[in-house]
Amino acid sequence: MNRILVKKVLNPTVTLMEVEAPLVAKKAEPGQFIILRADGEGERIPLTIADYDREKGSVTIIFQVVGATTEKLNHLSEGDFIHDFVGPLGRATHTEGLRKVAVVGGGVGCAIAYPVAKKLHRQGCEVHAIVGFRNKDLVILEEEFSNACTKLVRMSDDGSWGEKGLVTDALKKLIESGEAYDEVITIGPLIMMKFVCKLTKEYGIKTVASMNPIMIDGTGMCGGCRLTVGGETKFACVDGPEFDGHLIDFDEAMARGATYRDFERHAYEEACNLFKGVETDA
Amino acid sequence: MPDMAMQKNPMPTQDAAERSRNFNEVALGYTEAQAVAEANRCLNCKHKPCVAGCPVKIYIPAFIQQVAKGDFEAAYQIISEASSLPAVCGRVCPQESQCESKCVRGIKGEPVAIGRLERFVADWHNANATEPAKRPASNGHKVAVVGSGPSGLTCAGDLAKKGYEVTVFEALHLAGGVLVYGIPEFRLPKAIVQKEVDTLSQLGVKIETNVVIGKTITIDELMQEYGFEAVFIGSGAGLPRFMRIPGENLKGVYSANEFLTRINLMKAYKPDSSTPIQRGKRVAVVGGGNVAMDAARCARRLGAEVSILYRRTEAELPARREEVEHAMEEGIEFRFLTNPLSISGNEEGWVSAMRCQQMTLGEPDASGRRSPVAVEGSESELPVDCVIMALGTSPNPLIKATTQGLDTQRWGGIIVEEETGRTSREGIYAGGDAVTGAATVILAMGAGKTAAAAIDEYLSNK
Repeated sequence: MNRILVKKVLNPTVTLMEVEAPLVAKKAEPGQFIILRADGEGERIPLTIADYDREKGSVTIIFQVVGATTEKLNHLSEGDFIHDFVGPLGRATHTEGLRKVAVVGGGVGCAIAYPVAKKLHRQGCEVHAIVGFRNKDLVILEEEFSNACTKLVRMSDDGSWGEKGLVTDALKKLIESGEAYDEVITIGPLIMMKFVCKLTKEYGIKTVASMNPIMIDGTGMCGGCRLTVGGETKFACVDGPEFDGHLIDFDEAMARGATYRDFERHAYEEACNLFKGVETDA
Repeated sequence: MPDMAMQKNPMPTQDAAERSRNFNEVALGYTEAQAVAEANRCLNCKHKPCVAGCPVKIYIPAFIQQVAKGDFEAAYQIISEASSLPAVCGRVCPQESQCESKCVRGIKGEPVAIGRLERFVADWHNANATEPAKRPASNGHKVAVVGSGPSGLTCAGDLAKKGYEVTVFEALHLAGGVLVYGIPEFRLPKAIVQKEVDTLSQLGVKIETNVVIGKTITIDELMQEYGFEAVFIGSGAGLPRFMRIPGENLKGVYSANEFLTRINLMKAYKPDSSTPIQRGKRVAVVGGGNVAMDAARCARRLGAEVSILYRRTEAELPARREEVEHAMEEGIEFRFLTNPLSISGNEEGWVSAMRCQQMTLGEPDASGRRSPVAVEGSESELPVDCVIMALGTSPNPLIKATTQGLDTQRWGGIIVEEETGRTSREGIYAGGDAVTGAATVILAMGAGKTAAAAIDEYLSNK
């Protein structure tokens, strides 16, 4: 059982929670993830670590309400307990020796891109952060990002925040203008990462993508998180979650990600109805 | 005068047609009268070969004599001197190849039903015992156990009985290891596992769930920062194998581990579970071991037509005979000498068919089994909407990767001295599937027991 120390609503569907988890905080590194169960009956879901405080013994998670579990999680308040919280799992982002990096984040993926940018920035790397959201109401971590990079490029689908366009447009412009990146690190929707990788492949820039597939245990036991990287089957939980973006079979990953779409939609609706009931009763 | 009936007293079971639609336990257990009758078949012979056949050396004739007298609690006390998990072993041990295979009564007719009697005694105790297990006085020594499966629980139980302060670390949210995530409810009800775990807690064993040793805490930290003087690694063989054939990553292809974990640990078979599972109409399970039988029988209970594909013949099936028979009774089809070549999918990426090849048995291979050889031009297509790969598992590399100086085999198994479970690192012991690769519950328990004795000796002399 892990206590929720801080809960902040970042936008209508995205919530931040700082959770008391000293053992996880002691070891956590950017790029790693945790697995949680919101309550004793819940499913196990992976969430990437958004921040950690070793002194305080806390780990921050940022999640978008997309299904039954995140809906239940979102109904917990400061002082409440998350039933199970285990980690840190997966490998940490490789940051050693990098001098100039473009960090490309999309939507709630920015929550994961942020600690990576912060770590790189702290170790003296020149960081260009390119972050994209559908519109200005969905923007998260703007201030945090601006403190963790040398250049921040804001993009939105409708032009209501920063420039109108896709993160790939911005990345292309920077590369074309002569910015020479050692590496591009991309975290966000699969479709966005697919096109970021396609673009950087043309320019021959090494690119790392962070995958967040369906998984149960997070320790290599179920194999549900498997994906094809360079023609080989890899387990995102133990071999990743970050892989060479130019070798990932994104189409397969997108298909696998939709395995339980119908079930999830149904479960989500049920969870929403349940909470509607609770709120009306109260 | 012993009862000289040639056959075992049969154990009542749920009707096959009915049970293939529910997850309730298949075998129902002896009544008191049946147990006493079966106990009377034991000759109580002097050289008791059955004891040698038991990996944990339960004093079998002595407990059976107590059953014959009707003193079931006394029988339980005799079993529990040797075994920490009697209700589990009475259900899942392959007695036919262990204790019962040595029984003198088995020379002419059937051996004494030792497994059924063990199960009866453990269940009787669980239903009737009121006294919690007594917690022994602490001897002040701290031991860590990694993994709460059969080897870890046994090692923890044996050490706790000797007064050690034992903490068991479990990566999942529930203790029991393969007993809770792998073996299905209808073979081993989870309430029984919980009862055995509760007994250990009464003995003073602490169980820390949600801790991944090798990630959250390393073995070296356990010894240097947390003050554990010895560590037992019973982390199992959790890493599933795949066939590396085309189409294996299509939607609807599961490792048996994932399929069984969703059903057993996460209760996906219950209508109100929050964990999804694909309920296939036509399921193919690849493999012939106990895990393949478990996966097939689960899929059957979720309403599917199920085929087991095995590349050798019925005679080579590695699964227990009883499991194979139960699967057959439940309407599961066996396709022997069949080897999958590829899996194809529909336009949405779901499994739609499997291409298979007919095999024949050729020369014996290194394992002594005749190896399957493909028959030219024998390819055929099997329409399926779900495929479960039950091809075995290998030890998880997390601990090896984070523990310097811990020697392992090339395939990942931790190298130990067989008589003690001692690894290449002082104070670190290992046993169960983490050492042997996927094997049985009772062998893992035997290894846990061996290591507990060795740890006791090591710490007593330190």
